[in-house]
Amino acid sequence: MEVADIIIKFILVVIIFAISLVVAMYSTYAERKIAAFFQDRIGPNRAGPWGILQPLCDGAKMFLKEEIIPTNASAFLFIVGPSLAILTACIGSAVIPWGQHLTIGGHVVDLQVADINVGVLYIFGVVSLGVYGVMIGGWASNNKYSLLGAIRAASQNISYEISMGLSIIALLMLTGTLSLRQIAEQQHEWHWNILRQPLGFLLFIVCAFAETNRTPFDLPECETELVGGYHTEYSSMKLGFYLFAEYINMFISSAVMVTLYWGGYNYPGMDWMLAHTGPTIAPLIGVAIMFAKVFLFIFFFMWVRWTIPRFRYDQLMDLGWKVLIPLAIANIVLTAVISTYL
Amino acid sequence: MESLSNKRKLIESKPLNFWERAYLPAIVSGLSITMKHFFKKPVTISYPEEKREFSENFRGMHSLKRDENGKERCTACGLCALSCPAEAITMTAAERQKGEENLYREEKYAAVYEINMLRCIFCGLCEEACPKEAIYLDGDIVPADYLRKDFIYGKDKLVEAPLNQ
Repeated sequence: MEVADIIIKFILVVIIFAISLVVAMYSTYAERKIAAFFQDRIGPNRAGPWGILQPLCDGAKMFLKEEIIPTNASAFLFIVGPSLAILTACIGSAVIPWGQHLTIGGHVVDLQVADINVGVLYIFGVVSLGVYGVMIGGWASNNKYSLLGAIRAASQNISYEISMGLSIIALLMLTGTLSLRQIAEQQHEWHWNILRQPLGFLLFIVCAFAETNRTPFDLPECETELVGGYHTEYSSMKLGFYLFAEYINMFISSAVMVTLYWGGYNYPGMDWMLAHTGPTIAPLIGVAIMFAKVFLFIFFFMWVRWTIPRFRYDQLMDLGWKVLIPLAIANIVLTAVISTYL
Repeated sequence: MESLSNKRKLIESKPLNFWERAYLPAIVSGLSITMKHFFKKPVTISYPEEKREFSENFRGMHSLKRDENGKERCTACGLCALSCPAEAITMTAAERQKGEENLYREEKYAAVYEINMLRCIFCGLCEEACPKEAIYLDGDIVPADYLRKDFIYGKDKLVEAPLNQ
């Protein structure tokens, strides 16, 4: 690898990292604003025009709050918990293809940090690691509510990972590759995987809600039963990291869903666009399309949050084990039959 | 037993049919309901900038009225204090001296007139009891303050501004 390539990769990493942090930051603002609109309210509107500086104020507040480590907590793990949560949330973005190959001045830039041939597996690994942050934090707090929240998070993630994996298997049977770049390229123009795998997508999005601990599956932080759930004992920026990790996870899982099922950076008419605007502008339009889709999914996450009440714990397990897994297996069989005989 | 209001409703609990158990149609209809609200006008009134209009019979802070010549109407008869269920009103009566005819309408007037706004329940009975139409609860909301003693409003805060001659 040339030095120039390394520098370009480094810049790309920094850009993607910054984008995911900014998106997560402004997701908190969007969440509050959208919640307000759904409830016929106005939402935060005091910090700057339309409250646009609210996330900065919240961040500053988080940093200035008192740092509390409970006496009986395991101090080291107590700090490791939120660090791990935010770390695993951030590294997921590495394999997502954000756009086609971008040509700048004769130099071709790959708009993906790492085009590894096991991209889907990598995503799965990172998602599975994500629960460790919650578990370690909840356990190290030495608080029964935190522990209950952590246990819930762990069992919920394990249960929903199975059906998530099964729903992905059906997709992989069609794509024949684990590389996210190739999966994205196969969905050229309008050949999006959602058209071939509607049931698989439905299962995947339900599991994605569960994996990101979003309503209606936000039992790990169920306020009515568990005070604050796994982050009951956390304060200051460590709490901020947990909350932040949730929003980054939401961003990354939206990006994964868009890449796997909704065509990634592909859109109808992209060939025409490439022929008319050249290899520099057209990929950038693709990136914009990708982000537009991701934002739509983030909006959908929020829309669902302010519509559907939380599941009861037994209902959650019922749905995971008795409904989603059989459906996912049926989807695999269906996909196999159709792709073999058609 | 016979229903008094005829509002009784029999609740049926039928077992859920397939689509109800599938949960998704319910989610979709729920999402459409929230989406309708998304485009509705917010009902918020941004308080310090805009104020909600009071109704016509809103009872706010008291004011002691003057007559058409700018003289204080109150004669310190004490009926308002007597009628007050919260015992919020106290007053000290005094006799009108020579030369004060342009200040007080009758020969007797209230030298001290105090209402404890923390005790007042804004029922409006003082207004009803007053034979001289001297007290009305036609003001704004009583503002917040730090000390209890500052909620005892004297004549300086209660009496209407004098007429401009």
